[in-house]
Amino acid sequence: MGFSVDHLAVRVEGKDILHDVSFVVESGAVHALMGPNGSGKTTLASALMGHPRYTVTGGRITVDGNDVTFAKPDERAKAGIFLSFQYPVEIPGVSVQNFLRTAWRSLHGGKLDHAVFSARLKHAMEELQIEPAFAKRPINEGFSGGEKKRMEMLQLAVLQPKYAILDETDSGLDVDAMKIVAASIERARRDGVGILLITHYPRMLEYVVPNVVHVLVDGRLTQSGGKELAYDIERVGYREVTP
Amino acid sequence: MSSPVRGNDVADPILYQQHSKPGLSNQVVEAISHAKGEPLWMRENRLRALQVFTKKRIPTWGGELSGINFQNIHYFLRTADRVAQSWDDVPADIRRTYDRIGIPQAEQKYLAGVMAQYESEAVYHSLKKNLEDQGIIFLDMDTALKQHPDIVQQYFGTVVPAGDNAFAALNTATWSGGSFVFVPAGVKVSIPLQAYFRINAPNAGQFERTLIIAEEGSEVHYVEGCTAPVYSVDSLHAAVVEIIVKKGARVRYTTVQNWSKNVYNLVTKRAFVYEDATMEWVDGNLGSKLTMKYPSVYLLGRGARGDVLSIAFAGDDQHQDVGAKAIHGAPDTSSAIISKSISKERGRTSYRGLVQIPKGMTGCKSSVVCDALLLDDSSRSDTYPTMDIRESDVSVAHEASVGKIGEEQLFYLQSRGIADQEARSLIVQGFIEPIAKELPLEYAVELNRLIRMEMEGSVG
Repeated sequence: MGFSVDHLAVRVEGKDILHDVSFVVESGAVHALMGPNGSGKTTLASALMGHPRYTVTGGRITVDGNDVTFAKPDERAKAGIFLSFQYPVEIPGVSVQNFLRTAWRSLHGGKLDHAVFSARLKHAMEELQIEPAFAKRPINEGFSGGEKKRMEMLQLAVLQPKYAILDETDSGLDVDAMKIVAASIERARRDGVGILLITHYPRMLEYVVPNVVHVLVDGRLTQSGGKELAYDIERVGYREVTP
Repeated sequence: MSSPVRGNDVADPILYQQHSKPGLSNQVVEAISHAKGEPLWMRENRLRALQVFTKKRIPTWGGELSGINFQNIHYFLRTADRVAQSWDDVPADIRRTYDRIGIPQAEQKYLAGVMAQYESEAVYHSLKKNLEDQGIIFLDMDTALKQHPDIVQQYFGTVVPAGDNAFAALNTATWSGGSFVFVPAGVKVSIPLQAYFRINAPNAGQFERTLIIAEEGSEVHYVEGCTAPVYSVDSLHAAVVEIIVKKGARVRYTTVQNWSKNVYNLVTKRAFVYEDATMEWVDGNLGSKLTMKYPSVYLLGRGARGDVLSIAFAGDDQHQDVGAKAIHGAPDTSSAIISKSISKERGRTSYRGLVQIPKGMTGCKSSVVCDALLLDDSSRSDTYPTMDIRESDVSVAHEASVGKIGEEQLFYLQSRGIADQEARSLIVQGFIEPIAKELPLEYAVELNRLIRMEMEGSVG
């Protein structure tokens, strides 16, 4: 069971980027994935979600035993995976509310209980300290960096996946915003969501204490360990902790 | 269903029989005028327009018009001749679309032309009383010519003269039906006037003629058309709309056309806008084989404002050649044109626009934004913007974009569980949202539903 990545190899535009990546994220656990710029973190996030430009050349991805290695992105979402984007795109003219309602309906086999949906949206917006007017704004259009990240967390809270990949959700946030996002991640963890937290700033891990830390360098997992690994990285850097 | 009061356009059936053969001639035009019992000036007006039409060249700069055979067209038909004979004659794809967008049976038959009248008499009468109490005149043109000949004569053809273009001439010679609206000074019409509720409306006409006069300080919103596909056995539709917006008045004219895909839809729409008055055209084009339509604002008094918002959707070998014209005929006037188009499956959209600011018209502002979205490689979009600016003390902006649905946008929506097809239609709905939000709610809802169906490729 769990969100299992098994000997995964990924190619992008003819170039092999990831090699033999393996880990299993269990429900309610936080795995931090750390690595320097260009190590393949975003490639991993995109490939796990099924971006059409990323080709899996080896290995398997499963969600609680369901093989999604070659599934389309929407099928992966239905299997329970969620990706918080590092750079969320703008969708002009589509309101946050309309978008979330459409996503909810898709994830729930075409059904939408308006009362349940509205209550959850309202509650999640309050927790993330998002103004109610945001629900009517077009997705990410004119949002600040911090607002975009909070909007990703809002989607996580409303759509309630089984497993979430958070790609540098902490980048570009000030301390206050980081605390709000961290609290949101902790709530998801308590609700049993398994989380792959991709970051290259150890600071986030002061707010969200990981169960496991992985180090990705040049497309390979070079080390996995407990939360102490994050402190070692902060002290000596990625390459020094690499055996 | 009740049968509403008929107007005077119900002519001697024998005369109809005589002249229901196709083709255009002085005799046909005279017969039309005679059957309607028109005053002499209108009959002469028609005959002069016919002379103009015969001398005018059919435009070659826009869509492909060579398929129209003017001598094959019936210029004067009874409603009974024009409507499809029975429900079974309505093409299956159109019937299927009605079912899918959930239009009630009675309305379906009206839209398909199987039934000449759709509106309920009761609804109409309470509306009519309310309007009359405020001094508003809202009639079909034929009845207006009978009941208010002086007002009609004063304004008819002053905004769009017969000589303006070939199709305006053809319309002036052969017009039948259309709306007449007169709003007295200072009266603000609180509900949109819908052509739908107008009594005596013949089935959607080939050569409709509409005239709207908004007196000083008045306000009115006129809505015509519908989002559901309208089946027409006529292949040529050449309407003329003339609007006069007097000092400080405000007129919005909303059209959604979804003619069946055999129709050439060639429409001249123009408004004269005087001091501190505002004219807004909101124009949606979904149907027809070819539409050529460029709603225009002539800004003729200081402080006049004209806005044109349009959406065009071209699929399956359709050509939507649409745009806008803003003629700044007075200083300190402003215009804003926003055009959005979507093309798919060999569909073609063209934006054709003109902004004219002559020398001396200082302080004018104009902005033009046209965005095109291509859904596949076989579709096409062109932009023909003409900016004729002869004055330097003005502010003019023009932006144009042509795009496709972005891979990253699709991936983002799909990552939330939304399947490819639905993700695409969500992006398209977002693209037209700035204009859809200006439509009356029920139109906007139907428009979105229809676009979703077009995107699924399941509409004939």
